[in-house]
Amino acid sequence: MGYLPHTADQVEAMLNAIGVRTIDDLFSGIPSTARLNRSLHLPAPLAEMDLSALVASIGRGNRSASDLVCFLGGGAYDHFVPAVVDALAGRSEFVTAYTPYQAEASQGSLQAFFEFQTLICQLSGLEVTNSSLYEGSSAVAEAVMMALAVGGRNGPVLMAPHAHPHHISVTRTYLANLGTSVETLAASSDRLDLASLASRINDQTPCVVVQHPNVLGNLEEVDEISRICKEKGVLFIVSYNPVSLGILKRPGDYGADIAVAEGQSLGSPLAFGGPYLGLLSCRGEHLRKIPGRLVGQTVDRHGKRCWVLALQTREQHIRREKATSNICTNQGLYALRAAIHLAALGPVGLRETALMCLERARETAAAIRSAGAGEPLDGAPWFNEFVVRLPDTGPVAERVVEAMAERGFLAGFPLGRWYPGRERDLLVAVTERRTTVEIDAFAAALAIVVKSG
Amino acid sequence: MNKNQSTGLLFELSRAGRRCHQIDGVVRNDASHAIPSRFLADAPVPLPELGELDIVRHYTNLSSRNMAIDTHFYPLGSCTMKYNPKRHERMVSNHRFADLHPLQPASTCQGILSVLHEMEMMLAEIAGLHACSLQPSAGAQGELTALLVAAAYFRHRGEHRTKVLIPDSAHGTNPASAVLAGFEAVTVKSTPDGMVDIEDFTGKLDDSIAVFMITNPNTLGLFEGQITRIADMVHARGGLVYLDGANMNAILGIARPGDFGADMMHYNVHKTFTGPHGAGGPGSGPIAVRSMLEPFLPVPRVVKRDGHYILDEERPLSIGRVRSFHGNIGVLLRGYFYIRTLGPEGLANVSRHAVLNARYLRSLLLGKLDMAGSDNCLHEFVASLKSLRRERRVSAMDVAKRLLDYGYHAPTVYFPLVVPEALMMEPTETEGPETLEAFAETLIKILGEDPEMLRTAPHTLSISRPDEVKATKEPVLRWIAG
Repeated sequence: MGYLPHTADQVEAMLNAIGVRTIDDLFSGIPSTARLNRSLHLPAPLAEMDLSALVASIGRGNRSASDLVCFLGGGAYDHFVPAVVDALAGRSEFVTAYTPYQAEASQGSLQAFFEFQTLICQLSGLEVTNSSLYEGSSAVAEAVMMALAVGGRNGPVLMAPHAHPHHISVTRTYLANLGTSVETLAASSDRLDLASLASRINDQTPCVVVQHPNVLGNLEEVDEISRICKEKGVLFIVSYNPVSLGILKRPGDYGADIAVAEGQSLGSPLAFGGPYLGLLSCRGEHLRKIPGRLVGQTVDRHGKRCWVLALQTREQHIRREKATSNICTNQGLYALRAAIHLAALGPVGLRETALMCLERARETAAAIRSAGAGEPLDGAPWFNEFVVRLPDTGPVAERVVEAMAERGFLAGFPLGRWYPGRERDLLVAVTERRTTVEIDAFAAALAIVVKSG
Repeated sequence: MNKNQSTGLLFELSRAGRRCHQIDGVVRNDASHAIPSRFLADAPVPLPELGELDIVRHYTNLSSRNMAIDTHFYPLGSCTMKYNPKRHERMVSNHRFADLHPLQPASTCQGILSVLHEMEMMLAEIAGLHACSLQPSAGAQGELTALLVAAAYFRHRGEHRTKVLIPDSAHGTNPASAVLAGFEAVTVKSTPDGMVDIEDFTGKLDDSIAVFMITNPNTLGLFEGQITRIADMVHARGGLVYLDGANMNAILGIARPGDFGADMMHYNVHKTFTGPHGAGGPGSGPIAVRSMLEPFLPVPRVVKRDGHYILDEERPLSIGRVRSFHGNIGVLLRGYFYIRTLGPEGLANVSRHAVLNARYLRSLLLGKLDMAGSDNCLHEFVASLKSLRRERRVSAMDVAKRLLDYGYHAPTVYFPLVVPEALMMEPTETEGPETLEAFAETLIKILGEDPEMLRTAPHTLSISRPDEVKATKEPVLRWIAG
């Protein structure tokens, strides 16, 4: 059973060569008091066919975004991934390769990561990108740590009120024992209140963190935020939506110092939350503080162009307690997926995707409104995610979502789970995958559900 | 096949107007009807323009310039490069797992929640501990999470503990994680045998120590025989013991960290439980803790209530979140399928044969290489090429590079730091003895080869000895046009 190639004869010959009698003798260095004297209490083994059957039956307890039409976002999106991504990233020479410490044995992955870094620089408009972090929220925390490493500022980190709650929670967790607090700024019309920023920012502020579009889908006034930050010499960190850059201005172009993102929408399956992809880019002057692996171009001893891990002295395996971060394993295979996905989209495909998201989202908002299913909030410009205020007379969003699942839809996220008092607000996301037929059916079903009490 | 196949960069292959992926049906090629122009980009993102065959050929050719477990033996110490089962890939890609949204209602995903709940229980059982969090994205994040849990635990008890003790043989993530968690990292010396120097340890152990972090078996592949005594001493001073579980492949079903004194540990699912390495991730670093630490674990927790599974966020003592959503579920699923494939005896056989292979390989090299640590190695061992360096000016790196010419990925070099010119070898259990014999024969042959040829190896790969100094002094970290 399992994947052991050894025959009984081979085992015997090996034990003889080693000079012990039994395999158990090999563990003589473990004190008997430390030995486990029973089998592990685990289920009995399963051959492949039986495990497949079990997995299929477990799967029947799930209804995924392939079974239910997905209007749910909140940081993870149902975008279309072209077949080339799976076909190429699924090659076992990429999947079963190790971290590219031996450059000569890893030129394939090293070149792919160098290209990935370049593509994300092109996307973000910033000069340096690393070869990935775990996902979007720890990427925010790492960016904040970069800002703190600059030093000399003792005030709280300021975060926009509608940065993703996971961004805020993770940043708080990472900073819990480092003597720096995190404060959220005030909101107006579901966006950052600029007066609140202007009054609370000062020369002790290490950084300001804004998500744009924010978690409710609204666009923040990033030009003005950037100006306010620059006036006080405060680092401006933005968490962006990669697909939105098909039409929106890039973080580097509106003055972000560090731009991070959840890269899931570039080729990662939804997968119940992971693996995803943390993107981090920054201005060149912050290079030495950047966490994680960097791939650099160089030449070999024959003068041939090639790629290696560069500036490793920042990293834990060399710098240990003085490293810029503790990260070792990152999300290599998902950086590869994102690179292939961006290569497949190209500038025009990315723009088409963003425009389609924009159009279909507006179609959905209009359909919901005209079906009398609720009121899409329109107090601020938004990209492809918006809040629907459900009728007072109907069930709360949590119940609506359950009822809509019965009717074949992942209707959105009930905002009361993140913001007490917003129990009748439903966060709806619409990607390029949603068709007019689906949208009309969604609005019709929602109209029925909100009237059902 | 030509190993020097063209590897122009994607950007060098770009041709204006080339398309691959298309979205049809966009009505208006302009967003300004919906979004004020101050938010809109003036120009498209300057991505390369490629056709589908351009992309397919490019990445397929790139893949041929990698070594991988599927093509080469990878005796990398501390990495556990075992076979990654293909059945896992098929099962994980089932849309009923791959297309689950992390925020969808619990009633629509009881299947995945039951798997995660069961995985927590299985990992707790294998660890000999009580509760797990599957959230950490990799081993380093597992370490950080556990240390944050420890910090919260002590704070809750009103105890002010500022230090973490870490052996000098530890992986670099250990001290890095300690500092991130707000502690001071204090180094404990090792004996020449790679064991904890008890005298140095005792001298540094006091009431300001929050946690003692240990890798066991240690990074020389040796089981710390004094572990129970060491753990008792830490507990007597009110501290906690953390086990870095990178080397769990040696002791699955043989010994359990919770039984020999650990209070917390992390797993590397991408090592022990076959998560593919992906050239640098994704990993997964779930942690297991003793029951008094459970209240502090990250939220959400998978709980069963009234016969249903839910994600519970009502944990007032929790440290909060360490990442968005629930964890690297895809990697955890592969680990789950692996444990379900093997069962209890199968898992124990993994360790038995991992240790058998390492001892056998060591026995083939004994007498030809200086070994660090005692004969009683478990799943990995360390050799030192210090005398080769001295006698023939050939370094561990030179030998590693020459192994590539023979079609082997080099062992881990220069780790642990306590062994000079270190070569750390972990064959794993999925290799047959014939592979180990051929590898040993090759390594011995290399030791006798012409030193100048070794210093300029490899000779048969597409590149040789990249200039790493140049890469760091004149960083070129992206392609720029022109």
